[in-house]
Amino acid sequence: MLSGIFIVLFFYCLGELAAWLLNGFIPGSVIGMLLLFVALCMKLVKPEALKPVAVFLCNNMGLFFVPAGVGIVNALDILSAYWEAVLVACAVSTIVVIVVVASLQQWFEKHRKGAEDR
Amino acid sequence: METLLNSEVFILTFIIGVYLFALWLYGKTKLPFLHPLLVSIPILALGTHLLGIAYDSFEKGSRIISFMLGPTVVVLGYLLYEQLVYLKENALSIITSVFVGCVTGIVSVIFIARYFGADHALIASLEPKSVTTPIAMSIAEKTGGIPSIAAVVVIVVGIFGGISGPFILERLGIKSRIARGLALGSAAHGLGTARAMELGSIEGAISGLAIGVMGIMTAVLVPVIEMILEKIQ
Repeated sequence: MLSGIFIVLFFYCLGELAAWLLNGFIPGSVIGMLLLFVALCMKLVKPEALKPVAVFLCNNMGLFFVPAGVGIVNALDILSAYWEAVLVACAVSTIVVIVVVASLQQWFEKHRKGAEDR
Repeated sequence: METLLNSEVFILTFIIGVYLFALWLYGKTKLPFLHPLLVSIPILALGTHLLGIAYDSFEKGSRIISFMLGPTVVVLGYLLYEQLVYLKENALSIITSVFVGCVTGIVSVIFIARYFGADHALIASLEPKSVTTPIAMSIAEKTGGIPSIAAVVVIVVGIFGGISGPFILERLGIKSRIARGLALGSAAHGLGTARAMELGSIEGAISGLAIGVMGIMTAVLVPVIEMILEKIQ
């Protein structure tokens, strides 16, 4: 477990370093995620070492954003002023993402099958 | 008594206790709108207020929990690696579909929110709405948004996408299992994946993959799109 924790923290640090070099363009944790993924693909890191940490973090992920969620009491004035913006933007955009991704992916698959048939 | 209530130990115990109760309630009822976060957040907000816990001490006491968000994002790289088989077979189509979905998702949020007169901080909190919460919060923070708005918006979007998603896919006549999983994961992150798993194991696995791909793309594309829109105007 401890070696897994070390690997995760190490890649988090690497990601933060890269984020600092990139002037904070992309969050360090996301770069760390990408670096860990690449390291796993290149067999530089053993996936078995990460499994217990990954299971623990992912199973309890919900808990980790509870404190930030409680912080929403400080943002209630903005939310109540613009609740229509939040509601419409999120609902429409969510439907758009579902429609676009599903239709494109299905189109690609049909297109490829058609090419193979010929 | 006041010192105890404002201490780190009490705050940690309080948060985890309330969260466990919310998990139990959700497990019992299985009602989507009783999502553990939508239950525990109001209870904790009200509880800290009634017990007279200062927001500063709440924030300080819960810092250990919030810190875990970073490592959780990093560990998603491992989950992405586990779904690698699915990515290899359909890499080009998956990456293209998620990319287009990601761009249209971000752009549509920006224009609709602007139409209603929302300010930059609010828009920046809405942009990462389709991404898994820990990634969304760090994106919002980097782009001048409010992480706590991002967290709550993401969860509500996830619930909405998880409920409406399968219905929309049915109406569109989407038969491809990959397309169905991909759409649910990219639009509604973990909550979409939970629904995708109900549709089938391939849908579930592809949906998990979509969470990671969408997360990375959104982190890169949000600043890029903002830059482009600034240049145009």
